[in-house]
Amino acid sequence: MYFVKRFLAMFLTVWIIATLTFIVMKFIPGDPFATDADVFPEEVLENLRAAYNLDKPVPVQYFLYMKDLVTFDLGTSIVSNTRSVNQIIGDGLPASAILGLLSMAIAIFFGVILGVIAALNHNKAIDHISMVIAIIGISIPNFILAPLLIKYFAVDWRILPVASWGTWQHTILPALALSTTPLAVVARYMRSSMLDVMNQNYMKTAEAKGLSTYRLVVQHGIRNAILPIITFIGPLFVSLITGTFVIEKIFAIPGMGRYFVDSIFNRDYPVIMGTTVFYSLILVVTLFLIDMSYRFIDPRIKLTSKGG
Amino acid sequence: MTHLLEVRNLGVNFKTYGGEVKAVRDVSFHVNKGEIVAIVGESGSGKSVTVQTIMGLIPKPPAIINAGNIYFQGQDLLTLSKKQMRKVNGSKISMVFQDPMTSLNPTMKIGKQIAEALIVHNNLSKAEAKEKAIEMIRLVGIPNPEERYEQYPHEFSGGMRQRAMISIALACSPELLIADEPTTALDVTIQAQVLELMKDLKEKINTAIILITHDLGVVAETAERVIVMYAGMIVEISSVEDIFNNPKHPYTWGLLESIPDITATSEKKRLIPIEGTPPDLFSPPKGCPFAPRCKFAMEICMDQMPPEMEISEGHSARCWLNDPRSPAPEEVIQQGRKSS
Repeated sequence: MYFVKRFLAMFLTVWIIATLTFIVMKFIPGDPFATDADVFPEEVLENLRAAYNLDKPVPVQYFLYMKDLVTFDLGTSIVSNTRSVNQIIGDGLPASAILGLLSMAIAIFFGVILGVIAALNHNKAIDHISMVIAIIGISIPNFILAPLLIKYFAVDWRILPVASWGTWQHTILPALALSTTPLAVVARYMRSSMLDVMNQNYMKTAEAKGLSTYRLVVQHGIRNAILPIITFIGPLFVSLITGTFVIEKIFAIPGMGRYFVDSIFNRDYPVIMGTTVFYSLILVVTLFLIDMSYRFIDPRIKLTSKGG
Repeated sequence: MTHLLEVRNLGVNFKTYGGEVKAVRDVSFHVNKGEIVAIVGESGSGKSVTVQTIMGLIPKPPAIINAGNIYFQGQDLLTLSKKQMRKVNGSKISMVFQDPMTSLNPTMKIGKQIAEALIVHNNLSKAEAKEKAIEMIRLVGIPNPEERYEQYPHEFSGGMRQRAMISIALACSPELLIADEPTTALDVTIQAQVLELMKDLKEKINTAIILITHDLGVVAETAERVIVMYAGMIVEISSVEDIFNNPKHPYTWGLLESIPDITATSEKKRLIPIEGTPPDLFSPPKGCPFAPRCKFAMEICMDQMPPEMEISEGHSARCWLNDPRSPAPEEVIQQGRKSS
C-alpha cells in the first residue's frame, strides 16, 4: 500500500513541477524569435509562432503540452528546429550521467573514509586537518578548481588530456573538479554521524566483546553512521547526473548542462520544459528508490512503513 | 594472589575544563572465583568507573588512571596493551550494561551479535557460532531461539533484550561477569526474572559476578559480599549478612534507613533520607568524604581520612567510630543502629 501511494505521488510531483515550470516560463519576458524579428517579415514570424502553437491562448498551449508529455513526447527544439527535445536529452545524457556517477562515487567513497578517519581521531591533528580540507573543498568553487587541475595535470605534467570527451582519461579531471564539494559535504556529515554513533551504548557493548578495530568500526560504526548519509545521496545524485553547466563548459563536454542553460537564454520553450521535466523525473525516481532502499538498509524502517 | 580479581589502590581521575575530577580514589577489593559481589552506592560514587576501568572501557583521555593495579588471574590488566585487552574482554571478562534499549546494535541481527564474540574468541566457524548462539538464546530463556536469532533488537521487549545482552556476555563462558545495574531499566517483575536468571547461570557456568546496583533489595537477594562506595571510595566491605545485621559505617546505616519497609506496622515509620549532598569531587574534603553529612561526625573526621579498619575477617569499614580510641563507639554505633 505504502509502495503504491509513493509511486503515485511520484507522478503527481512531476506534474506539479511541469505545471509550475510552464507558468514561470510564460512569465519570462521575451520570445524565441526576438532576434529574428528584424530579419523576417511579420507573416513569417506569425507562421513560425503558429507552428509551435504559440499563437494559441496559454491554457490551450498548456493542455497541448501536457497531452504530449503523457506520451513522453517533449516536442521539438525551436532554436535547432531539426532536433527533438528527446534527441537532445539522449545526446547529452550519457556524458552527464557517466561524469555524474563517477564524481558521486568519488565523493561518497572518499567522503565516507575522510569522515570516519576524522571521527576516529576526534580532536586530534588528523581530525582538524581533514576538516580544514573539507572546508576548503566546500568553499573553493569548481570553476576555480577546474582550471587549476587543467594547469597542473594537463598542461604542466601532461598526465591527462586538457578537455573534450572520449576515453576514460577524459573523465578524470572533470569528475575530480565536480566531486570536491560533495565529497567535503559527505565527509562533514559522516564525521558528525560517526561521532554520534561512537557515543552510543551499543558501541561500548561491542567494545566489551573484545572485537577487532575493523569489526568495531566497519560493522558496528559505519553501518549505523552511514544511514543519515543515504538521505543526502538523492539530491546529490540528481545534481551531479544532470550535469553542471560550468564544468561541462570548461572541459567542453557534450553533456546536458549546456542545453539547459542555452535554452533559457534562447527562450527555447520546449527544451526548457523538456529538461526540467526530465530533471524532476530523475529526482523523484531517485528519491523513491532511496526511500525503498531504506527498508533493506535499516531494519527498523520495515515495521513503521507496514503501519503507515 | 589466589583471588580471581584483585583491585589494589585504584585511582581514576577525569580531566575536564573545570579541573580534575577524582572519580575513584584508593579503591581496593577482590572477587573470588564463582562468587557474587555487589557494589552499591549512589550515582556518581564511582561504581561504573571502577568496573569500566577493569575492562579498559574508560576513554583515556579524559580519564587518567593515576594509581593502582588490577590483577586478573595474576596478571595486571592495566599493563596490557589494547590488543591484549581485547583477548580478555568478551572471553574472560564480559559485561552487561544498564540500558538494554540502547546497548544492542539496532542494525544487526540479535543472533549475529551473540555469535560475533564466539567467532572472534573461540575461533568457531560461522555455522558453529550460530549453533552456539542459538543454544545461548535458549539458555537465557528466550522462546523460539531459531526464529529469534534472525530478529533485530527492535523486535525484542526490554526484558528480552536484557536476556539477549546476558547471552552475549556469557557466550564465551567468562570467568567474570560485570553487570552494571542490569535491572535498573526494567520493571519490577522483569527485574526479578533477570536476577534469577543471572543467579541460575552463575551456577551453570560458574562465573563470578560483580553486580552494580543501588538497590539493597537486589543485594540481599543475590550477593554474597557487598562493597559500599561513597564519593569514589570504598567505605565498607563485608559479607551480605554483616551489611544488614552489623553495618559499621554511618553511610551504610543511612542507606539501610532509606529502604521502605512494607512489614512496618506503625504508620509513623517514615523513610529517613541522608541529608545533604555528596562532596564536590573536584576538591574532595581532606577528611572523611561523608563527614559533612554524618550525624556522628567528630573533629578528627573533618581533618583526617579514616583508614580501612578491619572489624572482623572480611569485614572492614573506613570510619573513625571503629577506632578503639573514639569516645564510646559502641554507644554511638548502637544509637545509629537503633534508628536503622
